[in-house]
Amino acid sequence: MADLLFIAVTAVTVGGAVLALESTEMVYAAVALAGSLFGIAAFFFLLNAPYVAVFQITVYVGAVAVLILFTVMLVRQEKWMKEATYSFARLFGILAAAAIAVTFALSFAASRLYDLPAQQNTPTFFEIGQLISTNLSPILLVLALVLAASVLGAITLAKVEREEEH
Amino acid sequence: MNTLADFTFVSTLLFAIGIYGLIVKKNALRLLFAVEIMINAANLNFVAFNTFLWPNAVGQTFVLFSIALAAAEASVILAIVVVAYRLHKDVDVSELKTLGG
Repeated sequence: MADLLFIAVTAVTVGGAVLALESTEMVYAAVALAGSLFGIAAFFFLLNAPYVAVFQITVYVGAVAVLILFTVMLVRQEKWMKEATYSFARLFGILAAAAIAVTFALSFAASRLYDLPAQQNTPTFFEIGQLISTNLSPILLVLALVLAASVLGAITLAKVEREEEH
Repeated sequence: MNTLADFTFVSTLLFAIGIYGLIVKKNALRLLFAVEIMINAANLNFVAFNTFLWPNAVGQTFVLFSIALAAAEASVILAIVVVAYRLHKDVDVSELKTLGG
């Protein structure tokens, strides 16, 4: 059975996710998304993965959430606050989401994964660092190339448009 | 004590919320929010299964790579949103027919 801390973190994470999609003010939605990402980091702490949790806070709450917040401030419009989604589309969305949730929950409940004994080993920072720098170093290099390409692409997208205006 | 079923339940809930956002919303930024929520649900599932069933450093390292990839994807999407806003003064995906400029 889940304890009180788990329920609180669940409330923050799921509440933040719902608010990020349903809040009429876009800036509040971005802040709520940051709260939801922070809740995911708390889940990583609960799962004995502190390195992943700190990485999640650094990258998501520190970088991505701030990037999203500034973009929202850049492109925000007043008319978004008044726009109401069609009730039919919303009903369809809720039904589809409920169907997927029920399907996943039933298939998880039917699986025998939960009968397996829980393990007690906790990987250390040293093991993660050793793995990244030895066996998985090709993946790290490819990832660095992908990140560089994405940053270059983002800069190019923003730059060409400015030159055309003159 | 928390069990594996609790974490998979939360992950399923977040994934369903993301699906709802992808279906209902027309704003490109809201779609980005929904995708981020779904990616985080997948990462949570990954770490939960890794911790409970076969705890080692490989699973956590894989999630680190996943987070970095999601950050790259978010930066590209935000650049596209800014360009679309400059061209059309709106980021409604149902009205964006061209992104060619």
